[in-house]
Amino acid sequence: MFNRIKAISKKETKQLIRDVRMMAVIFLFPVFLLGMFGYAINFDVHHIKIAVYDQDKSSVSREFINSLLSSEYFDLAGYLNSDKQIKQNLDEKLAQCVVVIPYNFSREFYANRPSKIQYLIDGVDGNTATVIMNYVNVATMSHSSKLTAEILARKGMNVFALIQLEPRFWFNPELNSTRFLLPGLIGMILIVVSVITIALSIVREKERGTIEQINVSPLSTIEMMIGKTIPYIVIALINAGLILLAGFILFGITIKGSILWLIISILIFLFSSLCLGLLVSTIADSQQVAFQIGTLISMIPSLLLSGFIFPIESMPPIVQIITNITPAKFFIVCLRSILLKGEGVAVFWQQLVFMMIFAFAVLAIATRRYIKKAV
Amino acid sequence: MNSIVVKNLTKKFGSFTAVDEVSFEVKRGEIFGFLGANGAGKSTTIKMLCGILEPTSGDALVGGFSVAKEPDKVKQNIGYMSQRFSLYNDLTVEENIDFFGGIYGLEGNLFEERKKWVLHIANLEGKEKLLTSSLPGGIKQRLALGTAVIHKPQIVFLDEPTSGVDPISRRNFWDLINSLSAENITVLVTTHYLEEAEYCNNIILIDAGKLIAEGSSKQLKTNYIKVPIFEIECSNVVEAMELLEKQDFVGETSIFGNNIHVITNEKFKDESQIHNLCKSSSINVKRINKIIPTLEDVFIHLLEKGKK
Repeated sequence: MFNRIKAISKKETKQLIRDVRMMAVIFLFPVFLLGMFGYAINFDVHHIKIAVYDQDKSSVSREFINSLLSSEYFDLAGYLNSDKQIKQNLDEKLAQCVVVIPYNFSREFYANRPSKIQYLIDGVDGNTATVIMNYVNVATMSHSSKLTAEILARKGMNVFALIQLEPRFWFNPELNSTRFLLPGLIGMILIVVSVITIALSIVREKERGTIEQINVSPLSTIEMMIGKTIPYIVIALINAGLILLAGFILFGITIKGSILWLIISILIFLFSSLCLGLLVSTIADSQQVAFQIGTLISMIPSLLLSGFIFPIESMPPIVQIITNITPAKFFIVCLRSILLKGEGVAVFWQQLVFMMIFAFAVLAIATRRYIKKAV
Repeated sequence: MNSIVVKNLTKKFGSFTAVDEVSFEVKRGEIFGFLGANGAGKSTTIKMLCGILEPTSGDALVGGFSVAKEPDKVKQNIGYMSQRFSLYNDLTVEENIDFFGGIYGLEGNLFEERKKWVLHIANLEGKEKLLTSSLPGGIKQRLALGTAVIHKPQIVFLDEPTSGVDPISRRNFWDLINSLSAENITVLVTTHYLEEAEYCNNIILIDAGKLIAEGSSKQLKTNYIKVPIFEIECSNVVEAMELLEKQDFVGETSIFGNNIHVITNEKFKDESQIHNLCKSSSINVKRINKIIPTLEDVFIHLLEKGKK
């Protein structure tokens, strides 16, 4: 049995190494995705373009504007002089936010009456708009309390805030979204590469008729599947290592938890992904179809339903159930625990069990379908 | 001694019966021809005999093992080669041999010896590192046969092994088949080339899943056609053939080169019927000979009879 598995693994490795196109796909695809998701998809809101319509033009209003622009969150998009320009700036996306300081701003201030400042925010991208609103809110409040303190100090009173807010973000202190996305990205890359490579390798044998020769040999279905998956597990492991290395070099992401459990989790995940690939190979009869089904079945769920980008907790209950169609869902939880939080296996062992259940269920269907199809 | 004993072998796919109660026997070391039109059930039968398709009913003993009950033991004892010469084109000659040796569990000295043998019969000694895709068809075919029998099986199934190969390679390939038979290996071969069927010790013909004829080529020619057959050389071949087909004393007609073969039926009396017919339609007959039927005549006759 061992010899037969060795023979098929050896043959598979030689074919793979000789297939330049396949090798290019296997190793360039992750680099491409990592670059795309690492740099292009970024939920961090920095350098908000802000335009200022200062109707007051007093020292008080200028002081407020300076305090606003001094933070790294806001970049000045320009000074406006009319209501018409506000519309134009927001319409043409010259500014994401316009701050309007009214005529009576300094007059009210000196009269010791509260004055109002208006913010007009581009609400097309709801997420960003909310973030901008929070930023301007905090900036305005802090300037306001600074002024209050100054006024009271002039009157000889000392103020202190009764409660001081000091938030700390754990696991991802800079709230860096790449750090949050990387585990999902690793999951997606690994599942896509494993599903497609194994599916193509089997469907190619069907297409060329070589599978017939294997079917009439004493090689059993299980031996063939094990023999075929070994080279791809090795390839995918190398891939995983490369992505982690790139994550460290490009985005400074280190492994906080146990490397052993990281490898174990990756292996279990690869196993379940390869089972999915085997299933695809029993559905598809040509390499094109295998590639399409493989991409569809691996990429879309791991992108949308795995919690990679969109949190599963905020999905409707029905969709939450559907999320179980991708093992990436479980793997991402493990990876986030190990990579970002440095947690032990006690936290994520259930996810490993789920992945195993998923793998064996899919393998059972694939084997049954394969045996039926062989005839 | 019989190598293969098939008894009432049947395979149904839903309501469609692909192989219908087929029984035959193949002697050890013989070359056994298995003939039939496309879709007649040849491949389905071979798949059942190889142990990769379970029969619906009936059974076959291949090398002494039941294909229904012990398909894994059957697989150990047979070799199989199909028309697609299932070699890996992206592997070298040696890697292909290593792979097939490996999946049949060959090791050590025996493996080295068999590898040499395969290289020898494929004329590829010293060319082990060549990519299989660069080999000509005839050589590929020999290599495929070599790898299919690398484990020295008692029985080899060849499913249309010579389709798409030039005549000289085909002739050489048959020499190879004969040498296997000389080593007491049983060869069951399907083919569309009837002149190849002449090389077989015994032949069976199946049509629509049923066995319709069996015997040596000589027996087939004498036992299955009792009516006289004529070869006619004449002008307007197509016209003459159409005319002959309409006559009530003619069973079937077919064209062989410039000649027409006419298989008569029980209403036929003598040659003058054909002469008179041609004369009245101004077809110029050069020659009419009564002939011994070819295998093709026999098969066309049997298949046409099956249709009626």
